[in-house]
Parts: sequence; structure tokens; C-alpha cells
Amino acid sequence: MKEIRWHGRGGQGAKTVSQILAQINLREGKFVQAFPEFGPERSGAPVRAYNRISDEEILVHSGVYEPDIVVVIDETLLDSERPTEGLKPEGVLLVNTPCSAEEIRARTKFPGKIVTVDADRIAKETGTGFPNIPMLGAVVALLGTDYNLAEAELREALGGRLSRDMLEKNLQAFRAGYEAAKEVAVGRA
Amino acid sequence: MAGLKGWRELPLGGVVAGGTARDLNKTGSWRAERPIWHEEKCIQCLQCWLHCPDDSVLIRGGKVTGFDYEHCKGCGVCAAICPKDAIEMVPERGGECARP
Amino acid sequence: MRKAITGHKAVAEAMRQIEPDVVAVYPITPQSEIAEYYADYVHNGLVRTELIPVESEHSALSACIGAAAAGGRVMTATSSQGLALLVEVLYIAAGLRLPIVMALANRALSAPINIHCDHSDAYLARDSGAVQIFAESAQEAYDYTLMAQRIAEDMRVRLPVIVNLDGFTLTHTVQPVDLLEDEVAKKFVGEFKPFAPLLDVEHPVTWGAFAMSDYYFELKRAQEAGMEAVPAVFLEVQRAFAEVSGRRYEGFFEAYKLADAEYALVVLGSTAGTAKVAVDELRARGMKVGLLKPWLWRPFPGPAVAEALAHLKAVAVLDRAFSFGTMGALYEDVASALYPLEKRPILVNYIYGLGGRDITVPQLVQALEELPKIRRTEWALRYIGLRE
Repeated sequence: MKEIRWHGRGGQGAKTVSQILAQINLREGKFVQAFPEFGPERSGAPVRAYNRISDEEILVHSGVYEPDIVVVIDETLLDSERPTEGLKPEGVLLVNTPCSAEEIRARTKFPGKIVTVDADRIAKETGTGFPNIPMLGAVVALLGTDYNLAEAELREALGGRLSRDMLEKNLQAFRAGYEAAKEVAVGRA
Repeated sequence: MAGLKGWRELPLGGVVAGGTARDLNKTGSWRAERPIWHEEKCIQCLQCWLHCPDDSVLIRGGKVTGFDYEHCKGCGVCAAICPKDAIEMVPERGGECARP
Repeated sequence: MRKAITGHKAVAEAMRQIEPDVVAVYPITPQSEIAEYYADYVHNGLVRTELIPVESEHSALSACIGAAAAGGRVMTATSSQGLALLVEVLYIAAGLRLPIVMALANRALSAPINIHCDHSDAYLARDSGAVQIFAESAQEAYDYTLMAQRIAEDMRVRLPVIVNLDGFTLTHTVQPVDLLEDEVAKKFVGEFKPFAPLLDVEHPVTWGAFAMSDYYFELKRAQEAGMEAVPAVFLEVQRAFAEVSGRRYEGFFEAYKLADAEYALVVLGSTAGTAKVAVDELRARGMKVGLLKPWLWRPFPGPAVAEALAHLKAVAVLDRAFSFGTMGALYEDVASALYPLEKRPILVNYIYGLGGRDITVPQLVQALEELPKIRRTEWALRYIGLRE
């Protein structure tokens, strides 16, 4: 079983992408859980969301304390939220930042694999404005999930709520995040 | 409590057929004062019938014909509302006996 | 069809398939999304339900009672303080034998104010006369919402049924849920047959008549007969559900690795899933442990629970709420079920998880590991995850 913890701020879509990831993993035949940190939701406040992905039925209903992957959607949370807490040393720290992995290592002291994706730049260039979708693309790459399957699910998940134009921009952003992480992801995370 | 039904015989949820309470509860026995209708003063405005809380003003052919003393509780609303003083409230005890 | 959806969505989907005549509901965290999804269904024309946006939970259930007596199939949903507010009329719904199905997103009662899961709301309604079912997962919440409708509407039962699902832990977590096809679900639930409907003006009836000391007792005894009918109906409905869904729920509770166990946990709701992982972990280390997870909590299936636990050496009963001043309510159920036996296991009571306090696999492993050290049943509360 893989466990993922997302760090973002209220309104950045951490919960949304954790739920879409669960739908993607379900589509590839996995058992899944996705849940937000349970609390009053306030725009801008640090929030967490979680995923569990398994080949077997997931029975456990407790919180996630030792994730395999930590995703930091907002770089400013690196200091205030201690996102590496509990992260398995053999796990992956994925950060939305223009910095290099080594620069992030110096700041976090995390000994394991660090992957950086400049999701803010991707969001700006594609015109979506939100870093969550490129980060979802990066997670899909780290998990080694089939790209076409993931894109099809994302298209379905977003199709109902976005205009056609904005949907295409989001799919571009998703691909850019995926490509950025794929280069550093060796096999399945 | 002889004659009362056991729990197995009771209707689901205590639902009872409409109008059945009327025969079991003769609220006329609660009455301290009894309304007397004076037909000669009555103009058939039906205000008494309209205001009676117990539906105890008897009507036949659209006209008042008297009271249902089995259920009239003697509240006196009919006498109070009557514009022609055609209804008189008479004590049940101490006068002439007209108990139903 | 398998979908990754929240517990809310699972319950709302079951409601959409049931398509009651009336849904009267007032939003409260963590139940709100059930009401929101259902409002979407109504306003998007997916269902023909009359949705009544009332001003309180007391009004919600009052409207449900009126609509049910009028002859409609009705549903509602609530949580915590909302349940507390509607309990007054819940007793009336049960006394009038109205088959209202209500989802209860379990949340702690104030004070202090809290929005997270525990079972104090369900425990508050314990003696209301409503049937209570607990779900371990969103799948169970969906399945039992469909089954609850049949149980509630069975003429031998005709009682309100509460389907409990842990607030946030189940309501807000995306999980895989196998949904029945609409037609299959509708056929399973069946046509609603009203009893003595007020809207049948050709056959006028009195609902809510007065009953004094001459008849109150007998009417309440007749109400208990509705509860007594639940176990048989519950099993029938489970079997019928297995036929259409392929999902087998057999019995009043799930007995997980219990048959050859020496020690066991008894726990309601989503914690049972976590407890299964703890059981598996100890089994891998050679300890014979198991789990009993009641689906049906009211009426409590005492004799069946006693039979399932009789052979054990010791049992820990976990309550996710205080019953202040005495032992936990589930513990008392289990203890009184075991009391008639000549030989019975040692019993201990743990209070855990109040106000959303997380309960983990290691904590449950520890509770099971301590059981062999306990020498006798004591009238004392123990706690899991409480700071001294």
C-alpha cells in the first residue's frame, strides 16, 4: 500500500486533486482512499489531504502518519508545516518550486528522493492559474500510472465543471507536470 | 380495565378509523352549563355553528335545529357569539332537569 | 458499477435510486453534502421528490412524520446537534410506526463544540424506538441505506431506521463503491405501500390519538413487537440483497476470524476496518484474535452475540461515546447478552475516539495484546488514546 500526503492552502485544490487521483487509481484497478484533513475549511489556511492506494481492499480508517510520497503544492509551507514529518526515508518529496532538488534538500534535510516541479510556472504558461493539476501530473508520473488512462479520467473528472478551452489548458498543464516528474522518476515510486 | 383490548389487538401505530372517538368520548358529561336554543329569536345566521369547537350545533337542511348534548361541553361560545341572544346558558344543576 | 466516491455521495446515490416522495432536511456538518447532492438531483430533474428545505432538524423530522402519515415514502439525514434537536419527534415517528429512513453522519455532541466523529449522537437516540444500523465503509452505508428502506417498510416492522456512518471518516473519504444499476436498486426497494394514509379522504383515520394509562402501555408493547420483528426481517432483506447485488451480508454482525479466536474486540462503525488490520497483524504473529462488528445495534441481537462470543477467553468492547456515570452502552449490551451464560469471557470496556480522536492499528493491537493479562471482569472504564 502506498500512502500520499498533500500539503496546500485552502483554495489551491489539494483536496480536489487527491480525489481525482483516487478516481485515476480506481480506473487502473486499485483500491483507493482519498480524504481531506478534517476541519473547518478556510481560504489560504494550510490544509492537508491524503491518498491510500493498494492492490488489496483498504480496511484501515485511521490517519496517515508515515506517507510514501509527500506533495507540497505551496512552497511557503516547507517551513511552517514540516511536510517531511513521518515521510519514509525511502519515500519521495515532491515540491512545487523553481528551486532544484538539492536546494530543497538543503532546506528540508530530507535524505530521500526529492523531485521539484515548477507548477506555478506551468500554471501561468498554460493559463490555468492553479498549481494543483501539474502536481497531480507529477504524482501520476511518480506512481508510474499509465498516462493515457490518467488523462482520460482527468478529462472525465474536469469535463463537467470547466469550459472546453479551460479543460484543454488543464490537460496541457497536467501533461507538463507529468513530463517534468517523469524525467526524474525511475520506475514506480 | 375489563373489556379493554390486549396489545396484540391494537392497530399499528395507534391509528384509528376516523370518527371512532366520537362514540367513545361522550364529552357532554363534562358540561356545567347547557345551551338552550330559542327558535323564535334565531335568524339562522349560523354563527353558533361556525364557532362551536365541538361541532355540536345540529344542522338540518342548512338550518340550526338544536344541540348535540352528548358532545356539547357547555363552553358557551355559541351564546356569546349569537347576535340575537337566541342561545341561553342554563346551569346543569339547580334548575329544571334537562340532562340528556 | 464501481466508482470512487465519498460516503456522502454513496448515501445520496442510494436516496436517488430510492427516490422518496418527500425529503425534508436541514444541513449540518458533516451531513450537509448529502442534502446538497440531493438538492442537485431534485433541481436537475433526476428525481421527482418534494424537497422541503426546513428551518431546523426538528422541523425536518416533523415534516417527514406528516408526509409519512399522509402516505408518502420519506427520508432525511442529520448529524450530532441536529439529531439531538429532532430526537423529541423521533420518539413520535417510532410510536406512530412510520418507516422513515435517516442517514446519521456520526459526530460528537457539544460541549465543547466539535465537528468530528464519535457515536454520542447515535447513543442519544438509543432508546427512541428507531432501528439503528452501523456501516463500516461507504459501501456498507450505500447497501444498508437500500436495505433500510425494506426493513423500515416491512409491515411486521414499520419503524424509523437510522443508518449510521462515521462523520468525515466515511462521509468525506473517497472510497470505491459498487453501485447497483438504478433499475436493480429500484426493483429491490420496491413500490411503497402506504398504511392508512391521511390523503386517502375516502377512508378517514386519526393519527396520533391520545392514549392514557388504559392503553399507552399496550400500544408501547405493540411497538416493541415491531422491534422484535426486526431480526427476522433483517436477515430476509440481507438475503434478498445478496441476490441482486452479489454482496453477502450474513447475520446481525460481521464475525471476523472469530470462530477459533481466544480474544476479540467488539466495535461499531469504521473502526472495525482498522481493527481487522490489527487482527491480521496479531494473527500473523500467532495470536488467536478476532472481531465482532455489529451491523444491527438496535434491536441488539443479544443471543446471537452471546453465542458468537461464548467460547472466548476475554473480550474488549469499544465504545465511541460516554454513557456518563455508567459503562459504555455497547459494553452494557454485550455484558447483559453474556450474563445468562454459565461460562462467559472476561469483559473489559474501552472508551475511544471521542471528538474525532484518531484510532490506529497499533492502539488496537495493544488493546488485544493486553487481554490475556486481564484476570477478571471489572466494573471500570479503560481508555484508548487519552492523555492522563
